[in-house]
Amino acid sequence: MKDQFDMDKIPAEQFEFAQLDQKIHDQKFETKPIGYFKDAWMRFRKNKGSIVGTLIILAIVLYAIIVPFISNYDLTYSDGTYKKLKPKVEWLSFISMFDGGYDQKINDKYLAYYMAMAIGTEDVNDEGMSYNEVKDSEYNPIMELGEETKSGNTTYRDARLDSYMAVGFKYMSVTQEKYAEIAAWQEETGIQVVYPLIDNTNEYCAEQNNANFWYKSIKSNPVDENDKKLSMDDIRENGLVDNYLRDENGELVFSQVSDKSMVKIRVLYYNYYQFVNGFEPVHYLGTDGQGYDIFVRLAYGLRLSLILAVAVSAINLIFGSIWGAIEGYYGGLVDLIGERISDILSGIPFIVLATLITLHLVNTGKISQFTALIFCYVLTGWISTAYNVRTQFYRFKNQEYILAARTLGARDRRLMFKHIFPNSLGTIITSSVLVIPSVIFTESVLSYLGIINFQGKTMTSLGTLLSNGQSYLSTDPHIILFPALMISLLMISFNLFGNGLRDAFNPSLRGAED
Amino acid sequence: MQTLKYIIKRLALMMVVFLIIMTICFTLIRLLEPEVSPGVAGQLELQLREARGYNEPILVQYGIYLKNIFTEWDWGTSWEIDYGQSVGSVISSRLLPTVLLNIFSLIVSIPIGIGLGIFAALKKNKWQDNFISTVVMIFISVPSYVYAFLLQYWLGFKLGLFPIVLSSLYDAGNSWFSSTMLNSMVLPVMALSFGTIASLTRFTRAELTESLTSEYMLLARTKGLTKGQATLRHALKNAMVPILPAIISLFINIMSGAMIIEQIFAVNGIGQLYLKSIGLLDYDVFMATSMFYTIISLGGTIIVDLSYGFLDPRIRMGAK
Repeated sequence: MKDQFDMDKIPAEQFEFAQLDQKIHDQKFETKPIGYFKDAWMRFRKNKGSIVGTLIILAIVLYAIIVPFISNYDLTYSDGTYKKLKPKVEWLSFISMFDGGYDQKINDKYLAYYMAMAIGTEDVNDEGMSYNEVKDSEYNPIMELGEETKSGNTTYRDARLDSYMAVGFKYMSVTQEKYAEIAAWQEETGIQVVYPLIDNTNEYCAEQNNANFWYKSIKSNPVDENDKKLSMDDIRENGLVDNYLRDENGELVFSQVSDKSMVKIRVLYYNYYQFVNGFEPVHYLGTDGQGYDIFVRLAYGLRLSLILAVAVSAINLIFGSIWGAIEGYYGGLVDLIGERISDILSGIPFIVLATLITLHLVNTGKISQFTALIFCYVLTGWISTAYNVRTQFYRFKNQEYILAARTLGARDRRLMFKHIFPNSLGTIITSSVLVIPSVIFTESVLSYLGIINFQGKTMTSLGTLLSNGQSYLSTDPHIILFPALMISLLMISFNLFGNGLRDAFNPSLRGAED
Repeated sequence: MQTLKYIIKRLALMMVVFLIIMTICFTLIRLLEPEVSPGVAGQLELQLREARGYNEPILVQYGIYLKNIFTEWDWGTSWEIDYGQSVGSVISSRLLPTVLLNIFSLIVSIPIGIGLGIFAALKKNKWQDNFISTVVMIFISVPSYVYAFLLQYWLGFKLGLFPIVLSSLYDAGNSWFSSTMLNSMVLPVMALSFGTIASLTRFTRAELTESLTSEYMLLARTKGLTKGQATLRHALKNAMVPILPAIISLFINIMSGAMIIEQIFAVNGIGQLYLKSIGLLDYDVFMATSMFYTIISLGGTIIVDLSYGFLDPRIRMGAK
């Protein structure tokens, strides 16, 4: 065996480089690689439901962002007179919901009362205008008049009244300067604000403080000059007899000095509103029981609820991932302690937790309601994220590729976040998206039950809007309807979106639909 | 034997967690100071607090509280809501309406939900299934209080079919089953049921489609069973196994989630009691109702876990 080639002693010059001038590498893929996210996106795109959900979410978010900038109103705006106004959108006014009107069954007295608003506005100098002449006036509160029904001696009519106009006239007490301002504004725009005062001392005045009884009446039934009761047809044909305050010369009186600097005037509120705000009152979704604009408040409520939900979701995501990673990677005692802590935290009913934290920290003024709520959600919310991450770590930490990476010298942190953590990314993203609707939902429940409180001039939430509307459910359902619709829409769209994500991040569904 | 050991272990663990939560809650609740109004009334209240022992150290108070519970099952006394009544009787008088509403809601939901689920699964991917799935999606997402408002407005107020709020026990002739009472229960039960029906339908559909496509169905058909026979005897039977735990967890969900429905329909149940006890700061009632909800949430998870093992012997409980 002597002549056998001695492998250990090969002279150096016998070696030669195989390829010094070319690099060795694998052949490049001819096709484009499809990464995890691209794959997920391809599956997500196919799901019609989740695309619809995404679009709705985008629309809602845009609404929440844009509306406060373009609206005439803001969060603090409220008008004590224009309470419970109905939704009014010009281009949607063919739908009875958005014409700003409401239905009411009215008897003769009330019919005369509303007719008088129209006559009194158009016929300032008392030329004896009939209702038929002013019927089409924009100040006429009666939009439609239905059939008559008789019940006993009283005749009722189904009427549709314009909630903006049906407020009618109002007494105001203003300063001299303000009165001069109003007068100047009237001159400038030609819109009459101040109307003649009523003689509310005589027996013909139906109600002292109601500025709408400008006509002569006995027991709030309109009468003519000879105190004879006017019939409905008379009013339609000949109008009403006024009961205005007149001075010695028989001239109409428009203002009365009530004390040192104040002047009492009688204004048509719709026009007075334009004087104060500079625009005509239009509330797209109406106003609530305190005269807040629902359209803009809904946007602010959405902002708060969405910011809260996204903040909670983000904190849960970060904290839960780190905790879950540590728990799952190291296992043993850390895991055991972590599990017991999460057992206890998840055992406390959320409503009890929120109550206790609110009572202890918010009502004593230590932290704001918003912070407290985030704290509550995060205290229990990270558990499920941590659980998900932990499960993934248990599955992957003993696999060969981790061993390989460790052999190559990767440190713990690199192993945890570079090699294992991305495996759980899909589940985590899905669950943190699904956290958003559940946060919005529980917030609305807690606000509704009065456990937490976002009431106030500076902030509002969807749940607060709901609970404000509850007492007007039977009379003014629009106050509660729009927040309720918005929450439902959010729930549906986020669930669609979340379900789409869940399917998209599940690679085992690849090609299942094809 | 292993099962028994597992159950005991789970129960013991639950007791430990429960005691810890109880301690935390007790401390936090007793630390709450009421707003004492100035003047004679406030002085009186301070004296009452002293007399009821609220000024003792918290640990001493907790010791007495625990002792009373373990020796006499005495959960304290309500001083604000029902003056001088024991908390046990206060809670048990409120428990019935809550439980009744839940049971009625389940009685309504289970047949409808399972029925729709089976129907959807049998018509899989046809228009009936798509329709049901879409409706179910909407009904699961929309919060129950939205149904409550809509029902109150349309059926209660506009059409006047049912009373808007639950009738009081007195008006109903002191019976929970009189026609007045049952009539006024229709709306809250409906509001509670929509979501439950939807989730049961989805669950049943998912389970049944899975068993319909499994291999034993193919075997059953190969043996010569008709499609109906195979579905009824094999697929349905297997699909029903996970539905019982689902129903239990639904019951627990309704139990703890019905607070808002109770508030909307003015049901004088546990949820209302809880809210009242916060407002009036009735310490013992607040504590006891909190513990009630804790037990429900802790017990619920255990019952659901255990029921899987009982129903499906292949799941060996406690096995690693």
